[in-house]
Amino acid sequence: MRNIFLFIGRYFTFFVFLVFQVLALSFLFRYNKFHRAVGMGMANELTGWMNSKYANVDNYFHLKQESDRIHRVNDSLINLMKANFLNADTATTFVRDSIPYDTLGHRRRYIWRDAEVVSNSVNSDRNYIQINRGSKQGIKDNMGVLNSDLSLVGIVVNTSDNFSQVMSLLHVKNNVNAIMKKSGNAGTISWDGKNPLLLTMTGVPKSDTIAKGDTVLTGTYSLSFPPLKMIGTVASIVKDNSSSFYILRIKTAANFQNLQHVFVVENLQGDEQESLDKATRKKIDELKKPGK
Amino acid sequence: MSDLVKNIFRFTLFILVQWFVLFKVPPLHRFIIPYIYYLFILWLPFSIPRFWLLVIGFLTGLSLDYFTQTPGLHAAACVLIAYIRPFIINLLLPKDTSEFNYREPSPRTMGWTPYAVYVLVLTLFHHGYMLFLEWLSFGSILTFFVKLVATTGISFLLIFTTELLFPRKMRFRTNTA
Repeated sequence: MRNIFLFIGRYFTFFVFLVFQVLALSFLFRYNKFHRAVGMGMANELTGWMNSKYANVDNYFHLKQESDRIHRVNDSLINLMKANFLNADTATTFVRDSIPYDTLGHRRRYIWRDAEVVSNSVNSDRNYIQINRGSKQGIKDNMGVLNSDLSLVGIVVNTSDNFSQVMSLLHVKNNVNAIMKKSGNAGTISWDGKNPLLLTMTGVPKSDTIAKGDTVLTGTYSLSFPPLKMIGTVASIVKDNSSSFYILRIKTAANFQNLQHVFVVENLQGDEQESLDKATRKKIDELKKPGK
Repeated sequence: MSDLVKNIFRFTLFILVQWFVLFKVPPLHRFIIPYIYYLFILWLPFSIPRFWLLVIGFLTGLSLDYFTQTPGLHAAACVLIAYIRPFIINLLLPKDTSEFNYREPSPRTMGWTPYAVYVLVLTLFHHGYMLFLEWLSFGSILTFFVKLVATTGISFLLIFTTELLFPRKMRFRTNTA
């Protein structure tokens, strides 16, 4: 007996080593087998808590990629929206041209592209926005530009290979067809070059009843924008006794100070409408020519 | 700062760095995981009793295991190097423990070559045993050796970078003090 104690005492460290090894290996193999181990629940609470704190900080470094991703997803979803398609009229479907159709025979009217604002100003009286898509990505003049919440921002006026210049709504030359959401009465949006928060709307007849906060939408006749997209809300009504039209101050729906992601919308039928318009004028002019 | 407080700080720091930095960095290669946390065991004082060395080794490995969700894997490897450590130190510095002039192993107290051997041997044992246990569940023998060499190399590099970046101030201990 004494010898056994002596033996154990002599190799005490080695035995402790063996005990720890057996303990560690049993943890390892039992865990792999049964997916649990001694004290794992408690330890999980602690390490889980620390990991969640870490993830909280870590997430900030991925916000940019995340918002880019969401914007791309929005882009693909907006392209699927029903409002982008015209319901095919049975009388006209036999006239097939290059406009893409979807499988149900709906004719695509609008196509959306996402873009990012690379420069922007609100301080001048002629404000332009530059976006990172250009003619190589299919951007052409006169395409509409909408904010990421689909409120109107401006219209493309010039393109280079990879960038486009957008005339913002905050531009004194800007003239946009708009309607009141409630009554459907049309008017024209312009900007006086002073306050970047307020646009001016003219052309709404005084027969219409207008209250503060009424919504103003894009008009249905524009070749650049899809109809019925948000422009802003009525901020105030200017008294003007000299005419029978209101002058309205419109608070913009898009915040022009911090534009980041925007959509460029292309009207696939715009060219056709425009050329028809031109051809008609020419035809009528020729009819009117004297001596014919 | 007393040895106890200092080592508690080191322990926390090494485990956190190992998990939140070295396990999270984009991998250099699928074979290579940089390991450094066991440097905590390598840095423990010379005078620590062997029994406590084993206990500390076990706890160090187990705390990392609770992060990596592999209970026992690192603990086994750490207990192994904690057991071997005194033998290596006795081989490299053949003296009685009571006669050590410094508190802990470091390049300055042992000399660069003995310290490098000390680190290399223990690193090999740690990685060898840990990768062996991993290899038991999956992988081929070739992967095991490639992993062993690559991981040992990168850990060795990391440890010497640490030594150069954070030189520890060592007081020479004399009997007169």
